[in-house]
Amino acid sequence: MDARSIAEIEINVLLEAIRLRYDYDFSNYARASLKRRIQNLLLKEKLEMPYQLIPRILYEEEIFNRFLAEMSVTVTELFRDPASFHALAEHVFPRLESYAYFKIWHAGCATGEEVYSLAILLEEAGLLDKARIYATDYNKQSLKTAEHGIFPAADIKQYHHAYKKAGGKKQLAHYYTHQYDAIKFKDSLKKNITFAYHNLVKDGIFGEMHLILCRNVMIYFDRELQNHTFTLFNNSLARKGFLSLGSKETLAYSVIDAEFETCCKSNRIFRKLN
Amino acid sequence: MTNRHIKAIVAGVSQGGIVALETLLPQLSKTFDKPIIIVQHRAASSDTFLSEHLNSLSLIQVEEAEEKQPIKSGTVYLAPAGYHLLIEQDMTFSLSCDERVNFTRPSVDVLFESAADCYTHQLLGIILTGYNSDGAKGLQRIKQAGGLALVQDPEDAEVPDMPLAAIKITPVDAILTLDQLAQYLNRLS
Ligand SMILES: C[S@@+](CC[C@H](N)C(=O)[O-])C[C@H]1O[C@@H](n2cnc3c(N)ncnc32)[C@H](O)[C@@H]1O
Repeated sequence: MDARSIAEIEINVLLEAIRLRYDYDFSNYARASLKRRIQNLLLKEKLEMPYQLIPRILYEEEIFNRFLAEMSVTVTELFRDPASFHALAEHVFPRLESYAYFKIWHAGCATGEEVYSLAILLEEAGLLDKARIYATDYNKQSLKTAEHGIFPAADIKQYHHAYKKAGGKKQLAHYYTHQYDAIKFKDSLKKNITFAYHNLVKDGIFGEMHLILCRNVMIYFDRELQNHTFTLFNNSLARKGFLSLGSKETLAYSVIDAEFETCCKSNRIFRKLN
Repeated sequence: MTNRHIKAIVAGVSQGGIVALETLLPQLSKTFDKPIIIVQHRAASSDTFLSEHLNSLSLIQVEEAEEKQPIKSGTVYLAPAGYHLLIEQDMTFSLSCDERVNFTRPSVDVLFESAADCYTHQLLGIILTGYNSDGAKGLQRIKQAGGLALVQDPEDAEVPDMPLAAIKITPVDAILTLDQLAQYLNRLS
């Protein structure tokens, strides 16, 4: 057996240990990024080989927590990919308007920048009061940050720009207060937002959603887990509900492809048929 | 130095890259039969203009890599703006938006390291013009895995930093101008 195959076995055994011990299953995550993250953790823990993590993770919960933190490193931004927010306002908001109230699920919301971005646009469209928003992730640390609504101000200039490109009608500064080198979003933005733990690998559906956003999460999954997640979304969506994916993600080739129509191809917005 | 076993080529390029790729890719022959996977540093907001432009100049297909896509021979793939591009053991692409590496996403090191894991000694890595040192470590990894390492002649490069950084830490197999690189690649087929 060549060294490459042996290294594969080593990773498999590590992931199996984690699954049995902590009930977190990473076996269907895309391997190349997963390996990078394991490498990062090895470096931090001053270990050399993945197998050395096995006893540590089995007996020290703290090491597992660091593994989990490494696995859910969150890179996100306010109004990331502004065109896609613009497209939501253009194609999806007019449909939501017709409901007395509607439900939105942000799956894999990380530290929440995306959730506040959408809340701002909903507010400007006069729709925030009718919205019930569920923002979920499997990283509890990230959810805490999201709930506080406090973000570093370092990239604020870029955010102002992205807000405008997303179709923002006012000034972004209207929605936050400056605190030293951070910004804090107004509490009124989150009055209809619930932040909650949800693991896409093993937790169940959220019923009757009108819009689900899941961006830049499924690129980390293999096809099987992608299909599992797509099915979960399909079952969570109301008739004619919308699904918004990341700019490099698509429903094409997935098991639910036939049950959706493309609503905005370039911005990866899909709509459930029935 | 033999080339019979090379199965794939990876290349990293930054500042000056558009001109370099405009020079290199159109010289590849129509029968070129290996995949070339390229990280070109650019703004996260860039669209697919670059791949379309290069495609229009080239005899072989140039396109942006998509996640889960099987890697085809005789095709040039560019990493999409804003995402790291990685290769899986089953020779399909993966994307990630993890932190920047060497201040950049996509990063050449990320591509080269995952490619070296998959293609081992059957990989050829190339560093072209650009500032800073992204790709130097990745090229080193390719050499360590038994692959081949080529670098654009710093004299020939619009910005010599990336080639110089790579040469500094890795005994490369050859230092070539863009025209020589094109000839070298055509001879692989
Ligand atoms: C790169 S971030 C994307 C954040 C945001 N949606 C965006 O596009 O900017 C990926 C997020 O997916 C979350 N994630 C990964 N696997 C998950 C799972 N099994 N269940 C829930 N969330 C998951 C991570 O914790 C992380 O916050």
